[in-house]
Amino acid sequence: MTFRIGVVTFPGSLDERDAQRAIRLAGAEAVELWHGEHDLKGVDAIVLPGGFSYGDYLRAGAIAAVSPIMSEVIDAAGTGMPVLGICNGFQMLVEAHLLPGGLIRNAHQQFIRRDQGLRVENADTAWTNEFATGDEIIIPLKNGDGGYIADAETLKRVEGEGRVAFRYTGLNPNGSLNDIAGLTNERGNVVGLMPHPEHAVEAGFGPDTEVAMRSGVDGLRFFTSALRALAAV
Amino acid sequence: MTESHSSTAHVPDTVANATATPRKEQPYGALGLTADEYEMIKQILNRRPTSGELAMYSVMWSEHCSYKSSKKYLRQFGQKVTPAMTEKLMVGMGENAGVVDVGEGWAVTFKVESHNHPSYIEPFQGAATGVGGIVRDIISMGARPVAVMDQLRFGAIDNPDTARVVHGVVSGISFYGNCLGLPNIGGETYFDPVYQGNPLVNALSVGVLRHEDLHLANASGVGNKVVLFGARTGGDGIGGASILASDSFDDGGPTKRPAVQVGDPFAEKVLIECCLELYRGELVEGIQDLGAAGISCATSELAANGDGGMFIELDSVLLRDPSLTAEEILMSESQERMMAVVAPEKLDAFLAVTQKWDVETSVLGHVTDTGRLVINWRGEEIVNVDPRTVAVDGPVYDRPVAYPTWIDALQADSAARLPREVGADELRAQFLALVASPNLADTSWVTNQYDYYVMGNTALSFPDDGGMIRVDEESGLGFAIATDANGRYCQLDPYAGAQLALAEAFRNVAVTGAVPAAVTDCLNFGSPENPEVMWQFSRTVEGLSDACLALSIPVTGGNVSFYNQTGDTPIFPTPVVGVLGIIDNVARRVPSGWQDEGHNIYLLGTTALELDGSAWAGTVHDHLGGLPPTVDLAGEKNLAELLQAGIQSGIIDSAHDLADGGLAQALAESTMRFGVGARVWLTDILERDGVDALTALFSESTGRVIVSVPREEDVKFKGLCEGRHYPVLRIGVSDGTGEAAALEVQDLFTIPVSELRATSAATLPHHFGPVIG
Repeated sequence: MTFRIGVVTFPGSLDERDAQRAIRLAGAEAVELWHGEHDLKGVDAIVLPGGFSYGDYLRAGAIAAVSPIMSEVIDAAGTGMPVLGICNGFQMLVEAHLLPGGLIRNAHQQFIRRDQGLRVENADTAWTNEFATGDEIIIPLKNGDGGYIADAETLKRVEGEGRVAFRYTGLNPNGSLNDIAGLTNERGNVVGLMPHPEHAVEAGFGPDTEVAMRSGVDGLRFFTSALRALAAV
Repeated sequence: MTESHSSTAHVPDTVANATATPRKEQPYGALGLTADEYEMIKQILNRRPTSGELAMYSVMWSEHCSYKSSKKYLRQFGQKVTPAMTEKLMVGMGENAGVVDVGEGWAVTFKVESHNHPSYIEPFQGAATGVGGIVRDIISMGARPVAVMDQLRFGAIDNPDTARVVHGVVSGISFYGNCLGLPNIGGETYFDPVYQGNPLVNALSVGVLRHEDLHLANASGVGNKVVLFGARTGGDGIGGASILASDSFDDGGPTKRPAVQVGDPFAEKVLIECCLELYRGELVEGIQDLGAAGISCATSELAANGDGGMFIELDSVLLRDPSLTAEEILMSESQERMMAVVAPEKLDAFLAVTQKWDVETSVLGHVTDTGRLVINWRGEEIVNVDPRTVAVDGPVYDRPVAYPTWIDALQADSAARLPREVGADELRAQFLALVASPNLADTSWVTNQYDYYVMGNTALSFPDDGGMIRVDEESGLGFAIATDANGRYCQLDPYAGAQLALAEAFRNVAVTGAVPAAVTDCLNFGSPENPEVMWQFSRTVEGLSDACLALSIPVTGGNVSFYNQTGDTPIFPTPVVGVLGIIDNVARRVPSGWQDEGHNIYLLGTTALELDGSAWAGTVHDHLGGLPPTVDLAGEKNLAELLQAGIQSGIIDSAHDLADGGLAQALAESTMRFGVGARVWLTDILERDGVDALTALFSESTGRVIVSVPREEDVKFKGLCEGRHYPVLRIGVSDGTGEAAALEVQDLFTIPVSELRATSAATLPHHFGPVIG
């Protein structure tokens, strides 16, 4: 069967079409979801895409976290549905308390776009099961508010419970504590990260690699991982 | 909210009042109108204008909106055309942006515009709203914007004020463009003291649309509704309106409001999606963005281009600040607003879409057949004009032109007299001095702040010679775009300089593998009231239009920016020329650097002693004089066709244009692109072209490109060059990766790639702070 993965469009979402393309390239059907509705349209998994939802007013992701669709997303996440938050989507997951901690302005105060090295720290989630723990991958990063923070106790718990999904390698681009690039929840169905896997899914339009320019497709495995997780249920 | 005392005290100047008080003094001079222009308005109206009408005429007849000094010359772009040039042109000059048929039912629209003056006063907002403005031009053609680029020129890199402007402008572009979700795929960054008090911030945007989605800005269909939607109207971006307002107040009027607009990219992003949904639903008859001159411009242009009449109730405009006067509402340049003409039976559906996107909307009036633009405020008529007199038939000037007194001496001072007999160590030092020079150095400090990934269709971006975007995901159809301008060449000879800018942009598109198809330009100059500047302008337009004819590509639109000067010193003439190319399948495109070892490196074209105006003369000797390189347009066309054939058939693996810094800079960049080194020899160039090593390295002769060719394609490549009779020499081999990668110029010097990169990367951070990544 073809799995159906929803992508929520908020006012100010920017990468929702990229996420839909990534889902199609992984072999699933992409379903458009709307922020102002309570309808998940029977999807099997959900992606919260990057962008500047509601203009990032108040705090990045803060308004989206209380939008009508998010109450449904929170409920679905509670039942074990795979949910991936990318960049602004990660910020929403944190604001909605599905993932712990917070994201603040980059330490250097600038927006930064770069091809970012990541180490997979937890390959036992719905969005990382096609990787092995310790794998090093490159996917694009682009954000202004990507600095991960948490109080000492939370940080200790997150590390102790193996909930760091990805860590920055080579260079910490935003001052994130412990080089944290992405997290998972305890159950492993909810994953959020600042870099953009949906921008490394198609040869010709991804990051440069040793092999050829713009040939990086490390991001595709996030989406095939979700299909594998769904198939295993 | 209670209205302020001053707003209730404001008495609108009605048409009846204007007729009754013919001798009332009006501040036309403070609004930028001459006495003659004021008299013209009175003759057109057969009475004095109301203060609202005066506001409209003053902004619409300004140089910025009316092109009154340039119109006489710009006509050449429309006259010097052949049927072959306009074959693919769906919309030419005069609309918000030109539209080119790129095949498969797709069209591309693109345009470059200036936002120079606001960016000096308030760099962040000035640059941000520059992006916003050009993007709205693209939306109003019915297109989805898919890319932006910026052409930036700042003062001397070490001047204390430059960092302020650079930080503001770059973060403004980054903030606005990134929040809109538009990939930034290229641009220019130049530093020269001539731009110290007048930086140039030009912004270019490209949009794509299906043929059937084309929309034009006209108000047709009597009874159709005129609708304003988007952000509310506020007091920002009002230049002269405060003068009018103060004229109407006894005291206690509003303080002078900022003349620079304030941008909200979130509002614009929502507006883009809202407009595209309106187009999909066929809910719009005509549409116009609100930019310079705001409601004055939108109403008069829509009416003038349509059936000729419009009635507007100005009280229906949704305001951010209820104390605004009618004149201020007419002139406000608040951002993120659009005006649409909507059939009455589609109004409900239209409002449902704007409501879905939470875009505030108000119906201001309707289209009439009276031939008059009538605007009422608080129940009284404050504007009653023929819209064509406001928007179309403004004054046209034939400004005095004078051959510059200084130019003969400047042209006589050739760089050929500068020392060229230098040893290998000195050549190496000069090579690195160029690599480190502000105009050739790595611009990552700027470009790392721009998102080029968003939308997932970016096939090329910086540091390659042109940006490239896929239009059709199935077929791979796409476009490439590049912009260029060399102010130093233009100062030496504006006619040649304009042609050189076009030739370089044309070549930069050709090296990607795309076929050049259309041109946009942003002509940045000093004051048109200076006859020497007017001479530069006239020569530039002549040179550019002649060159477009020779290359057989049309100018589809653009912008003129005058009054760019510091004190009495005008900037160098800076005609930014953008060339758009089409490529059948973006998978075929090539980058600007060699990707693999063991490929042959060829130099296409010949090298002459052409160091006048060069980066070498400027960087090493602080010299500007002589005559710019000669340009052979037929040769450029031949070269472009050769490149297309070689790239499309997979014979050529990389191609890089030679321009500023000549062969030296091109070799350095091709090496740094992927970190693959090269062994290069100059001997064959010296022998064939009769030049010395320094000239071979730093001359800026045109019509030259370096390409890399896999060994197995060598025979085919040579055959291709012979068939086209294009001069070619094998000058090296790509060699060495990783730690071992170096650029070796045989018998002269070797520079490790790591040293090249470190040298190139150090310059901007030294002045502006660390670069991230």
